[in-house]
Amino acid sequence: MLFLRRTLPLIIAFVMGMIGILVFYIPHSGAQALEQELTKWDRIVAAFAMVLGIYSLMRLHWGRVRRQQAGWAYSFLVFVGFTVMFVLAIYNDGQGPLSPQVIDSGPFVWMFDNVQVPADATMFSILAFFIASAAYRTFRARTPEAAILLVSAIIVMIGRVPIGALISDWVPWLSQWLMAVPNLAAKRGILLGVSLGAVATALRIIFGIERSYLGGGEE
Amino acid sequence: MSRDQIFFIVFLFIFATINIYLFGSGSLSADWSGLGTFIAAGITLSLYSFLYKDNPLFKFAENLYVGVAAAYTITQVWYNVLWVDVVDPLSELGSDESLGNLWLIVPTLLGFFMLTQLSSAKFSWLSRIAFAFVVGLGAGLAIPRTIAANLLAQIQPTMGPITADLAGFNLFIILVGVVTVLVYFFYSVEHTGPVGVASKIGIWFLMISFGASFGYTIMARLSLLIGRVGFLLEDWLVLPLPLF
Repeated sequence: MLFLRRTLPLIIAFVMGMIGILVFYIPHSGAQALEQELTKWDRIVAAFAMVLGIYSLMRLHWGRVRRQQAGWAYSFLVFVGFTVMFVLAIYNDGQGPLSPQVIDSGPFVWMFDNVQVPADATMFSILAFFIASAAYRTFRARTPEAAILLVSAIIVMIGRVPIGALISDWVPWLSQWLMAVPNLAAKRGILLGVSLGAVATALRIIFGIERSYLGGGEE
Repeated sequence: MSRDQIFFIVFLFIFATINIYLFGSGSLSADWSGLGTFIAAGITLSLYSFLYKDNPLFKFAENLYVGVAAAYTITQVWYNVLWVDVVDPLSELGSDESLGNLWLIVPTLLGFFMLTQLSSAKFSWLSRIAFAFVVGLGAGLAIPRTIAANLLAQIQPTMGPITADLAGFNLFIILVGVVTVLVYFFYSVEHTGPVGVASKIGIWFLMISFGASFGYTIMARLSLLIGRVGFLLEDWLVLPLPLF
């Protein structure tokens, strides 16, 4: 049983990892077809993981409703939103769930356009207030590094609105240059470090050194 | 009656009054389009009410949004992955040319293995096989792609020839920035002497980058804010102002 619970998953991770690496470097149509097929398999299994995630979310809210915890009515609203949207998705503008999704008309699209899209945009736009508030409280040019950060942020912000060009033609140019040169250099440096770390972590997973994805509990 | 309750009732009263006027005057059409604008405006204002403080209006809109978004996610998983890649191909297995689709049973079975995570400990170990498949394959596919796209493709333009013009100057700055940022993140050597100087320059580059990213993010969020305010003024209140 220990073999099935621990050793077999490690073997599978190793074999699939090695196949994932090799198919990239084999210049043969068969290898490319295998890579495409495996990518599709990965997508299918990941889709089931998404179902698992949504189930966990709904179970959390169902627990609050069942125990009638403080604010349980709000958790009930999650079910209301979920049920309405889910039923409309199954209805699929009269086509049913075993047909390609209707994406240009119907009540599902109406719900998406009038509930999800405005809520999405509003949620993200609220962040403008919080970021500005946080900046007001924390942006203090106490050190040279903090001053550089402050000046850089101000130039980029002013350079991206019409008033920047009114002050001087150099402001939008400088804003663009900051994004395209020093910002790119730092991002590239960070990306190189992160990529090396990602490759090292992936190798640790393939060779069974990193096993946290197996979860804890009984071996 | 508390201040919050008064705020809540006054908001609902004003919102209802405005909408009665808008529907009555014909500014909002009495059809699905008008109803959609009405609901979108209600959700937008409810979510913005958080700027006053956490309140029932915000929680109402927030939880409704979570439910709708969860159902939308499931829908996209079904129609874009499970139906297209699994159900539809497997339902055509009767024909000879679709025998290649038989292989799709393997990832489907692995997917169901993943769902055993919800069952008792007797079966939940099966989910480890599915996780091992996804994580192992993901790691394997990620290594060559990361090396090609994030390492080699980033190093190559950094090492270009430096010419005596603006492009060459920019390239020189990028080279200095990349090297000094890497030196800053290299903790195996004490940051003193020349390494300390390089590390310090690396910090300056990082600060410029963080500041630029911050400014860029703020402007992106402000664009969204302008979009929502534009929706409220033009689409909902139908104000005859050429604001946006």
